[in-house]
Amino acid sequence: MATNYDYEEAPATYDEAHRQDLGYDPNFVPDSVKSLVVHLYRHIREKNVYEIHQMYEISFQTLSDRLFKDTPWPSVDAVAHFVDNDQVFCLLYREMWFRHIYARLSPTLKQRIDSWDNYCSLFQVVLHSVVNMQLPNQWLWDMVDEFVYQFQSFCQYRAKMKNKTEQEIALLRQYDQAWNVYGVLNYLQAFVEKSNIIQILEQEKEGLEQFTATDGYDYSGGSNVLKVLGYFSMVGLLRVHCLLGDYQTGLKCLLPIDISQQGVYTSVIGSHITTIYHYGFANLMLRRYVDAIREFNKMLLYIYKTKQYHQKSPQYEQILKKNEQMYALLAICLSLCPQVKLVEETVNSQLREKYGEKMARMQRYDDEAFAIYDELFSYACPKFITPSAPSFEEPLVNYNQDAYRLQLKLFLYEVKQQQLLSGVRTFLKVYSTISLGKLANYMEVDDPTLRTILLTYKHKTHAVDSEGKVISNADVDFYIDDDMIHVVESKPVKRYGDYFLRQIVKLEGVINDMDRIKLD
Amino acid sequence: MRRERETPKQQQQQVSYTVEHLVAVNPYNPDILPDLENYVNEQVSSQTYSLDANLCLLRLYQFEPERMSNQIVARILVKALMAMPAPDFSLCLFLIPERVQMEEQFKTLIVLSHYLETGRFRQFWDEAAKSRHIVEAVPGFEQAIQSYAIHVLSLTYEKIQRPVLAEAINIEGLSLDKFLEYQAANSGWILEKGHGRGQLIVLPQNEFNHPELKKSDADSVPLEHITRIFPILG
Repeated sequence: MATNYDYEEAPATYDEAHRQDLGYDPNFVPDSVKSLVVHLYRHIREKNVYEIHQMYEISFQTLSDRLFKDTPWPSVDAVAHFVDNDQVFCLLYREMWFRHIYARLSPTLKQRIDSWDNYCSLFQVVLHSVVNMQLPNQWLWDMVDEFVYQFQSFCQYRAKMKNKTEQEIALLRQYDQAWNVYGVLNYLQAFVEKSNIIQILEQEKEGLEQFTATDGYDYSGGSNVLKVLGYFSMVGLLRVHCLLGDYQTGLKCLLPIDISQQGVYTSVIGSHITTIYHYGFANLMLRRYVDAIREFNKMLLYIYKTKQYHQKSPQYEQILKKNEQMYALLAICLSLCPQVKLVEETVNSQLREKYGEKMARMQRYDDEAFAIYDELFSYACPKFITPSAPSFEEPLVNYNQDAYRLQLKLFLYEVKQQQLLSGVRTFLKVYSTISLGKLANYMEVDDPTLRTILLTYKHKTHAVDSEGKVISNADVDFYIDDDMIHVVESKPVKRYGDYFLRQIVKLEGVINDMDRIKLD
Repeated sequence: MRRERETPKQQQQQVSYTVEHLVAVNPYNPDILPDLENYVNEQVSSQTYSLDANLCLLRLYQFEPERMSNQIVARILVKALMAMPAPDFSLCLFLIPERVQMEEQFKTLIVLSHYLETGRFRQFWDEAAKSRHIVEAVPGFEQAIQSYAIHVLSLTYEKIQRPVLAEAINIEGLSLDKFLEYQAANSGWILEKGHGRGQLIVLPQNEFNHPELKKSDADSVPLEHITRIFPILG
């Protein structure tokens, strides 16, 4: 039963100054909150995953909206005695407590540090003791996602040294281990290793393990927590590496997950989007445009079809934001690598609507074009971080933009190198053969320059994949015979093999249906 | 930094096994920094290469900038350049702070990379000649770049004029003759007489410079798909 919570009417036994400082009373527990924690605690002990999920997703959100719109939840000390002072529950409650602060309020430095401590304690418990819980995937994903988010947020916060107060600087100096990059990476790595998730996924392919089939849940009386945290930590590692600018290693961390299939990563919409967004972005920076385009296309189509079901969810805004960002990244990829046939109809029309005009201007590769590349990249890129500890020497500066500026600069540098390719493409589409001299004339360059342009075209459109194989992503290609350019048009080919397979299966189905009909 | 000498092959292999192992199982560990630095020198002297280990080191430098060694970073970048057409050079640059990239030797390396990325081989070799101290410190550099040049030329040309090839791989005269003979004997190159303009070299045919060889993967069906209908086929 919800009671109307009114700060001013809190009992006078509480510390006045404390209350004024916080603007709320951390020790007051409304009945609805008491009810929530008691029931949640019971459901966790009884492993009622469905009920846990309902309380976590819905009840917690509803109470937050109703009672704690701009104040923290009651402190963990105030609720602990309702739940037998259970250590693990308290750590979980605190994790949600801090998450609420980050979502609705602005965390203080002390709160950031305390949140780090809480994660350390919680993760230590999961990693080093036997945890006998089953938690919903949504919750486990949110934990990993929030952990990385708070790390990113802390790095951004710490990099703005200019206006830090004396106390803040003192705290930063004192707690220099809080949110240190080694700690963050090593926890994620520890989850991956301790859970044995990579081997589990390998063995699943051979039918020796069940993981994806049960959505990660353990139906033989065990716990899903470590395994699923290990699984989601791979996505977490991909994300952290992208924030650092190490795209190669990021993708390597994701390798054990087969993104061409459904998996536990698709069981939670947030995880699905985060995975594909970072996968696509990393491939964009690695110049593997076709891979990026394929995955963005699939993801955007999926969101288009399913976003209505998430309208009430607390993640809805994030889903929409990432959707827009992926359209921007798709626009960039297609401008650098025109392969429109890889994009599905619905996605394409949405893309034209949002970025049709900008894409046309990007292909001109003039100053305006670079400005648009800059704009889209800046809008859609991850919030890059500088992971190293700050310098406390005067003068204190803000360096939170440094990482982003470097990535942007290198990206635009790559775009600039592809400047002349668009022009070549236009000509190649019109001719089947043309002499080097003639094309040089049309493009108003001399022969040697044209040769370098053609070499650049070949180099940039033939990416090297992770196994060292050369793959062409050119929509129009050519080869040179002495001084004659021969254009090679790639025609769309009918896929007869797939067609026959489908028809065979279909016919079998029809025959089976007919066999089942009993004629009187 | 340990002075590099010829290490016995077995000991060397053990070192690389250990470092690769470290990178695989314990990469986020500041203590392995010296091992990774030694490994870079190892790669240089034994003409081997490991992108993963080098990225790991660049990350550690990112975490602790005071420990960064510009000389090691330069060596990593030269090795990355030698890995072209792979985008390794860019991958390394993503991890190196902007102010470091502004230093002279790094600016030079970036210019060299730019020339290679945009097929400007003549300018590349000219610039490389001016920066011998950087590039000659790494054995195998010249051959690696020549190999890249031939790779791009093979994607582009079915038949190429001798002077164009010569400029790209920076070999001329008698050395070029010898080089061409070697390639004709071992890599399937064919040396033709061009119409009045000197030699024409026919590069081996591949799917990129010879359209008929382009693998039509459109109609190939993976075996796993066929196995799914085995029950039906009976």
